Amino acid sequence: MKKAFKIALSILLILGGVALSALYIINNKIPVLNPEGMIAIKERDLIVTASLLMLIVVIPVFIFTWYFAWRYREKGGGESKYTPDWEHNYIAEYCWWGVPFIIILVLSILTWKSTHALNPFKPIENGTKPIRIQAVALQWKWLFIYPEDGIATMNYVQFPEKTPINFEITADAPMNSFWIPALGGQIYAMPSMRSRLHLIANEVGEYRGRSANYSGKGFAGMTFKAVSSSETDFKTWVNQVRNSGKSLGMKQYEAIVKPSENDPVSYYRLTDSDLFEQILANYLIPKKEK
Amino acid sequence: MFGRLGEHALKHDWIEYAAGLSMVFGALFVIALITYYKKWTWLWKEWITSVDHKKIGIMYIVFSFIMLAKGLIDAAMMRAQQAFAVGDSMGYLGAEHYQQIFTAHGVTMIFFVGMGVMFGIVNLVLPLQIGARDVAFPFLNNLSFWFFAFGGMYILVSLVIGEYAGTGWSAYPPLAGIKYNPGVGVDYWLWSIQLSGIGTMLSGINFISTILLMRCKGMNLMKMPIFVWAAFGMMILVVFAFPILTGTLAMLMTDRLMATNIFTDTLGGNPMMFVNLFWAWGHPEVYILILPAFGIFSEVVPVFSQKKLFGYASMVWAIAAILVLSFIVWLHHFFTMGAGPTVNAFFGIMTMIIAVPTGVKIFNWLFTMFRGRLVLTTPMYWFLGFIVTFTLGGATGVLMSIPAADFQIHNSLFLVAHFHTVIIGGVVFGFFAGFTYWFPKFMGFKLDEKLGKYAFWCWLVGFFVAFTPLYLLGFMGVTRRLNHYDVPGWQPLFVVAALGVILVLAGFGFQVLQIVQAIKTRDQNRDTTGDPWNGRTLEWSTSSPPPIYNFAVTPKVDSRDAFWSMKKSGLPKYSKEDYKPIHMPKNTSAGFFIGILSFLATFGLIWYMFWLAWLSIAGVIFFICKRVLEKDTDYYISVEEIEKIEAARNG
Repeated sequence: MKKAFKIALSILLILGGVALSALYIINNKIPVLNPEGMIAIKERDLIVTASLLMLIVVIPVFIFTWYFAWRYREKGGGESKYTPDWEHNYIAEYCWWGVPFIIILVLSILTWKSTHALNPFKPIENGTKPIRIQAVALQWKWLFIYPEDGIATMNYVQFPEKTPINFEITADAPMNSFWIPALGGQIYAMPSMRSRLHLIANEVGEYRGRSANYSGKGFAGMTFKAVSSSETDFKTWVNQVRNSGKSLGMKQYEAIVKPSENDPVSYYRLTDSDLFEQILANYLIPKKEK
Repeated sequence: MFGRLGEHALKHDWIEYAAGLSMVFGALFVIALITYYKKWTWLWKEWITSVDHKKIGIMYIVFSFIMLAKGLIDAAMMRAQQAFAVGDSMGYLGAEHYQQIFTAHGVTMIFFVGMGVMFGIVNLVLPLQIGARDVAFPFLNNLSFWFFAFGGMYILVSLVIGEYAGTGWSAYPPLAGIKYNPGVGVDYWLWSIQLSGIGTMLSGINFISTILLMRCKGMNLMKMPIFVWAAFGMMILVVFAFPILTGTLAMLMTDRLMATNIFTDTLGGNPMMFVNLFWAWGHPEVYILILPAFGIFSEVVPVFSQKKLFGYASMVWAIAAILVLSFIVWLHHFFTMGAGPTVNAFFGIMTMIIAVPTGVKIFNWLFTMFRGRLVLTTPMYWFLGFIVTFTLGGATGVLMSIPAADFQIHNSLFLVAHFHTVIIGGVVFGFFAGFTYWFPKFMGFKLDEKLGKYAFWCWLVGFFVAFTPLYLLGFMGVTRRLNHYDVPGWQPLFVVAALGVILVLAGFGFQVLQIVQAIKTRDQNRDTTGDPWNGRTLEWSTSSPPPIYNFAVTPKVDSRDAFWSMKKSGLPKYSKEDYKPIHMPKNTSAGFFIGILSFLATFGLIWYMFWLAWLSIAGVIFFICKRVLEKDTDYYISVEEIEKIEAARNG
């Protein structure tokens, strides 16, 4: 009786835990699982498919474990068969070299295809002219440069919906990683390197973005807001920034590159349209040590 | 005179003072105890200078337990911080302190707990399982331990003098370079790993030689216990992987000390090279930790199923496959660095393939239980817990090996949850199984089963409570190493995770209690037979604890599960005539002195006290020469003495 009670209690607890987490998942917006961009949706589907495939191995393992541990226990196990010298069986062993291998084969094909399809360096083509945004990871803030629109922003990025976004990413700081979970996976931001990331937002919305690779003491505050708006709203916003903002060229950049934490959102009118290239070039032509 | 070591090195915030002081007082307390009981000579003669593999193994495990306690406190501090630090509340730890904690936690757990316990168990068990009297190079073994211990010492020293690295345990440049981290933290990190790495490398060579050259008569390779095979695999990985780490760290060191610009972001340096090299060592390292755990389970499961291990040959091939594959998967640690899709896909697929041999091992263990007679002791509990946890960890690992999926999980708490699932579920549970299983062999008395099972449940449930929320948080876009966040919705999950850590701490508490209780009641629980579990391998054929020479007469073996078949066909009876004088190595203090002088040398390099560094290096060279030229390094145990010891055993 006591034992049955214990088992019932633990089953209840496990079910309760599962139910609670299910409730939590439903009631909270989880960006990776409820994505809002085409790339992120494909990545989510990939995660779900791969997880289901793996259950083909995981579930039998769980069943075997508990069934064998129960059935063949010495105390109270009763008259279950006992073969102390049985140590080898070709069919069985072929099975567990073979079946997982087939699953891995299926996963490999999935991997090969998805890795090429979702290559972050590959432009998205949907007929709309893409927008180019350059992101620079600094200590400890994000600078976004819109070379074509002649503006720049800090810790805030806006783009039109349904338009492919070509991010060019670098760092003038230790290595960071650029990540907007609701729109799609990340890529490293490294000094002297230009990474590319192609994302798209399916609807109008607001998303959290942040650095995902530890870059020093201000790292926790390296977040930014990503906003997807309609084409017209975007144009108005660009005009506002261009007319109201402070100006940003290489000279002003020298000031904002200094380490700072939890910086507020700022807007700039871009005076050096090749600022991004200059930041990259700084690493090729070493400055004199001060 | 003191280089850059000034009084500012001793300035900390009050939490750091508390940690430092508790450590200093702990050390003073232990020193006082040793002095009070007049145990200094005993400690020096029986332990510090000992070349006996059993004693060295115990020292590894004791040291690792201290480090485990330290690492768990780190973990608890981080979780406590994250449970509160939301929105306006910044928590109780500053960012600069927090970053040292997560770095120290990682280094402690990987290098000084994971590696420490596994080298401890291998030291204890391996020579006995192959019927040897000691390892191939007993002095080297002692030296390895001291390199390891003094490396670990840096993590403790950094609590009081200076600071530890604030870069994460993998310390990628340029963050770990002199440009962004000019302080001593990264140097402490560098040398703690470098010193222990030298020890590890020496151990690797030592154990490969031991396995290849010191097996008893009749034990050919395919008759070795699977634990020995696993250790063999582990040591091969050590010998091939650790030079990469040593070289990489050496280059980072010259970057920091002499501006060689190998990994800097300018002047032709390339930080991405460091990342590649680090993980070219780092992924085999994972298997260095897990292979011996696999070996332990391969011993535990047959014994407590009272049945032969299923699929021995499969097991060996699985180890071999893991060995090879572990060297061609390193890039999966940074799919997000921007390699092309073909490269990423290759490394992803290679990673998945490792799941096959690992799965084979799991099925073999399960079918060892099939039609067995299961004795559900604590080691078996750990095994069952391992299967559940490790399978889940493996599945999340395969998920992350798909590059496009990894882009959305990399560096998030999902990743943190994944590697804790495999390392706690695999390495830690494996060690606990082995610890309980072999404890009576080396201590001469058993651990309490009831407390052991309490500990198990606390660890298992605590683990899931602590890490399930992290998987979810990862999907919510929460990255690792955050000392603060501003999304209130994340807090409940962090609180749950913190509760899980409390349960894990309770589990650790039960284990400490279990050891204390076992020592207190040792007279009731003595193992007089030497074979408390009805064992199958040679270590159970000698007394508990084994005599200094392990076996009075080296055993002869004609099958796998050698001791099992001996028990069936009648144990060999030895008489006086069978005993011959036993050739044994003498204790030596050289290992300890080389260890402590290397510590001082590197301490000098860290603080720019170059006179100290040069002086200590000269000292190291002196002790090496002294040891090399020493003639009086061995002795014989006479037949009379063997007789006396054996007679005492047989009562």
